[in-house]
Amino acid sequence: MTDTTLSTGPASPDGLHTGDAAKMRLRARYAAEARFKWLGAGAVALAGFFLLLLLSTIVTKALPAFQQHYVMLEVDLSADKIDPADPRAANFLGLVHDGLGNEFPQVSGRQERRLLRGLVSTGAGVVLREEIEADPAMLGGTHRIAVPLDDFADLYLKGLLAKSGPSQRIADVRVSGAGDEVALGFADDAIMAMARGAGAVEGEGGGLRLTSGSQSFLLRIAGGTVKITELSSREAGGAVGKGTVLELLERSVETPADATLRTIETAEADRKITDREIVWLDRLAGAGKIENRWNTLFFFTGASREPELAGIWGAVVGSALTMVVTLALSFPIGVAAAIYLEEFATRNRLTNLIEVNINNLAAVPSIVFGLLGLAVFLNWFSLPRSAPLVGGMVLALMTLPTIIIAARAALRAVPPSIREAALGIGASKVQTVFHHVLPLAMPGIMTGTIIGMAQALGETAPLLMIGMVAFIVDIPGGFTDAATVLPVQIFMWADFPEPAFQQKTSAAILILLGFLVIMNAIAVVLRKRFERRW
Amino acid sequence: MNMLTEAGVEQQIADQADIAAIKMRGKGVTVHYGDKQALFGVDLDVPEKQVTALIGPSGCGKSTFLRCLNRMNDTIAICRVGGDITLDGEDIYDPRIDVVELRARVGMVFQKPNPFPKSIYENVAYGPRIHGLTRNKAELDQVVESSLRKAALWDEVKDRLQEPGTGLSGGQQQRLCIARAIAVSPEVILMDEPCSALDPIATAKVEELIDELRQNYTIVIVTHSMQQAARVSQRTAMFHLGYLVEEGATDKMFTNPDDKRTQDYITGRFG
Amino acid sequence: MVNYLVLLMVALAVAAYFVGRSRAVASVGGEVSRLHSLPGQHGLFLAMIAAGPALLAVLIWRIATPGIEDSIVQARFAAELAEFGVPQLQAFLRDARAIAFGGIVSFPDETKEAAAVVFRSLHQTSIGLITALALILAAGGSLFGYSRIAPAYRARHVVERVVKWFLILCSMIAILTTIGIVLSLIFESILFFSEIPIFNFLFGLHWSPQSAFTGAGGEVGDVNTEIFGAVPLLAGTLLITFIAMLIAAPVGLMAAIYLSDYATQRVRAVAKPVLEILAGIPTVVYGFFAALTVAPFFRGVGESIGLDVASESALAAGVVMGIMIIPFVSSLSDDVINAVPQSLRDGSAGLGATRSETIRRVVLPAALPGIVSALLLAVSRAVGETMIVVMAAGLAANLTFNPLEAVTTVTVQIVTLLVGDQEFDSAKTRAAFALGLLLFVITLALNVIALRVVQKYREQYD
Repeated sequence: MTDTTLSTGPASPDGLHTGDAAKMRLRARYAAEARFKWLGAGAVALAGFFLLLLLSTIVTKALPAFQQHYVMLEVDLSADKIDPADPRAANFLGLVHDGLGNEFPQVSGRQERRLLRGLVSTGAGVVLREEIEADPAMLGGTHRIAVPLDDFADLYLKGLLAKSGPSQRIADVRVSGAGDEVALGFADDAIMAMARGAGAVEGEGGGLRLTSGSQSFLLRIAGGTVKITELSSREAGGAVGKGTVLELLERSVETPADATLRTIETAEADRKITDREIVWLDRLAGAGKIENRWNTLFFFTGASREPELAGIWGAVVGSALTMVVTLALSFPIGVAAAIYLEEFATRNRLTNLIEVNINNLAAVPSIVFGLLGLAVFLNWFSLPRSAPLVGGMVLALMTLPTIIIAARAALRAVPPSIREAALGIGASKVQTVFHHVLPLAMPGIMTGTIIGMAQALGETAPLLMIGMVAFIVDIPGGFTDAATVLPVQIFMWADFPEPAFQQKTSAAILILLGFLVIMNAIAVVLRKRFERRW
Repeated sequence: MNMLTEAGVEQQIADQADIAAIKMRGKGVTVHYGDKQALFGVDLDVPEKQVTALIGPSGCGKSTFLRCLNRMNDTIAICRVGGDITLDGEDIYDPRIDVVELRARVGMVFQKPNPFPKSIYENVAYGPRIHGLTRNKAELDQVVESSLRKAALWDEVKDRLQEPGTGLSGGQQQRLCIARAIAVSPEVILMDEPCSALDPIATAKVEELIDELRQNYTIVIVTHSMQQAARVSQRTAMFHLGYLVEEGATDKMFTNPDDKRTQDYITGRFG
Repeated sequence: MVNYLVLLMVALAVAAYFVGRSRAVASVGGEVSRLHSLPGQHGLFLAMIAAGPALLAVLIWRIATPGIEDSIVQARFAAELAEFGVPQLQAFLRDARAIAFGGIVSFPDETKEAAAVVFRSLHQTSIGLITALALILAAGGSLFGYSRIAPAYRARHVVERVVKWFLILCSMIAILTTIGIVLSLIFESILFFSEIPIFNFLFGLHWSPQSAFTGAGGEVGDVNTEIFGAVPLLAGTLLITFIAMLIAAPVGLMAAIYLSDYATQRVRAVAKPVLEILAGIPTVVYGFFAALTVAPFFRGVGESIGLDVASESALAAGVVMGIMIIPFVSSLSDDVINAVPQSLRDGSAGLGATRSETIRRVVLPAALPGIVSALLLAVSRAVGETMIVVMAAGLAANLTFNPLEAVTTVTVQIVTLLVGDQEFDSAKTRAAFALGLLLFVITLALNVIALRVVQKYREQYD
């Protein structure tokens, strides 16, 4: 084009929108725009960050719980230990303890032995008994049996209880003296600097004391272990010290020998496992007698006070039973109510009242439904406490509004032409609805129902009200047995003081979230698969 | 094809240049909505301080073209605009052109009156406020009053400026929207079927107003009504199926159109 | 026993269906087209009339008998129970039942043993009666229905009428539930307020129901009426809700605005599921997160800057509750923001407003009522939320507005009062119902106001 000059008319007479002042204003306005936009993006990012933080916290906490350390012990099952005529009468835990004692023949003294026995789970006896019951042919000989370790031992082996420092070689160490306390001699005083770095306390005369508040120095020498307690420099070079024997030395070390120094960075006072137990566990692990296994106990046992024995199977079964009741009640009732309101009801005071009620019930706090269940189902109908039956009934009332609302939406989405077609060939209203409208609305109804069930599955508060919070060891076998459910199990475990329960709780949460993800995925698939555009 | 030849366009533009300065110019404007093309190479000039009417049957692309003139199509994600549109010789789709500034210079009035759910005063004051056009309340009051006067609404609403704009009648609402557009002191006002939701009396008032506004503003109006185009516009452009069929002085278009389709349309044979 | 009866009735219904069908077919000699209703409808009709009344009778019996048995036992032991107040009476009946039918007995004694005998014999009698009644109804119904089946009989009408009544009944469950909630809360609350003056409950500043009794054998008269003041609980609930809304309202609202007006398709495809997942996480998980991660974190931060933060601080519970409510706020605000007509946005954009100016000056003011109601619903949600505060907030009722201290909430106290092995009928457990009533009223009021506002707002644009 050659005539652009012609079309270049004058700008706005006073340059109102194109002048410098306007440009300045515009810049400020765009800055505000950008701020606002970033604020919005920040809000979304913050929500994402919260989700990520929550999930990552739980996943990292949960992963260790899916494994459990077992110790392999030679257990004597000969006739003088177990009466073949009546094997159940035997002291199985005692047999396990004997097997463990045999691994450490030098351990003596009541207190020390009790400490040693504490390394295996108190449920180890039950594990042994079940193994024998499964294979009675084992009776009579000595067998290698894997029994679960105690939760603290297990946590230590997972590296969650104490932080180990690096191990290092120290040349020319002398050990003199017998009994529990020995004297130590070092060729150079580098160990002094290490001890200072490890939080050793300065004693009188330039000496250092390693207390329960400082790191632990465990000296492995001559097949035994000495814990260093005191150190001081020598004029002539090198250092001397004192130590406590944690594990008997196989020979005396009068001529200097090489040693390995193992440090435990977490002070003994700050951890729930002693140096002695650590030495024992290291010994067992070194001998290849400890195995890290997939934690089947967690998946297939019921509740227990002992973290290493506690499983979620009871809660899973309880949840399943409860959900069956909830589904059996809320689905037919919800769909029937939706059909009535959407297909049959005329607008009148009653239907208005019903609608208002449904909307309000959808917003009533869940705990109030629990109070209803307590007052009506338990106290008035005298139904059993803690039972999946009652839990399911309460949750059914709670999910009913969700299902009704979803079902109504699904029914409404079926075009009137379908109804007219059916009515037109002489079907009754009921036939029209049940033969034509309802099947077409079913995918939508199912989607809504699954989402409602997912809500019910994660619900905790109302079930606390009807006593499903009881500590129940047995796997529930029926709808009226005392039971608990997954979220309540999570709630209870979260409250237990043992640190291992934190991992169990997180693992149970992961499993609950897994179920919810599956349910929601099914709902999404249903929606995608059967989505119909009329 | 009834497209005008390149030479014809050159000639026509030269003709218009004699009549008035050209405020806006579209050249080879195309619009796609996703895969669907809505405008096919439209060349159209908008002369300054005149009323240009865009006519044509529904779906012919006249509103689409109008929305291109102040880039309202930007708000539709799937919409792509091709070709050149210039305002005072500047390409308005140039990345350096600011859409906010553009829309301040090229205001728009919509088909359905859409007053904000605020008071009448706040509706008119909205534009000057966001653009920072006034320095104080007194100036703002003055802008509001003069805008309402220009929109011929002042006498009807001066005693109830604080009442909600949504409470006015349809015709008043549309004049309020025009006042709202005027308050920004635009150079061009685009009107997308501004009277289609109004009754005949309100329509007459708005048409009267458009005629007066011509003194100060360049106006582009999309209309369904041939009579309206004839009444208010000086130039008319006829669109059909996304093509610009014919464009010229309104008198000529309605008395002696060049194109058969224009003739058929204005005589009511289709539309 | 009763279960077998129910099973029997179900079997009868199945059998009746087939009998009815074949009788209908037989009545027209196989020419089905001569029947007014389909054979299957005749079958359904017979099944309904044969088993329906009997099943209904069993259901009514199941609901009604406990009350009747209780009153008979009470009348029989009127002399022994004369001195008893309502709580002791209920405890007595519960124990007697437990002795009779199995269960945990708190304090067995001779009177209870005797009452248990009465319970057992009453139960035997009533089971006998209901069995007989059910059988009679079933037999009568079967015979009646069987005799009615004929070619011209309008079985379909009967069946459809029954179906319709069933549908109506099902939709009445919503009303029944509300009535059940209101009645059970009010009933227990009235008992509570007969011991504790309602004024003391609503305006008392001191809450420590655990010290309600001087000892294990405390008498009802010993209840200290000054320790059931709900004000500290309401204050705590308010504080935590406030903190939660401080997080949820801006974040949720801004997220909704961003997603509806700014985000690209790809961002939306990621962000929407993130919010949905956040909404789908059970509250017990949030509670665990609050207690285990967030509370220690705040405590640590507080320590490092020299502040004393309680390990069960209102801050931690409030912040996590806020996170939980973010998706709730954002999805509700998303709805109301999208309900603002596009024409208003166009109008503003057409005047040269930037997107944020349009949102702040046109969309948000227009959507304000909707947003207010969304926030009210979120507040109601926060007030009624239980698990997060049970796990992360405190138990002691401090009347404070310092977010770094531990406070307790209404829901926490309901749980604390009702969970555990305690007598059901003490003032303590009744206090839980009074708190429940309070909670119900507060949330109901919030919901009703919110729905009203939204309705008004919808009318504006429809």
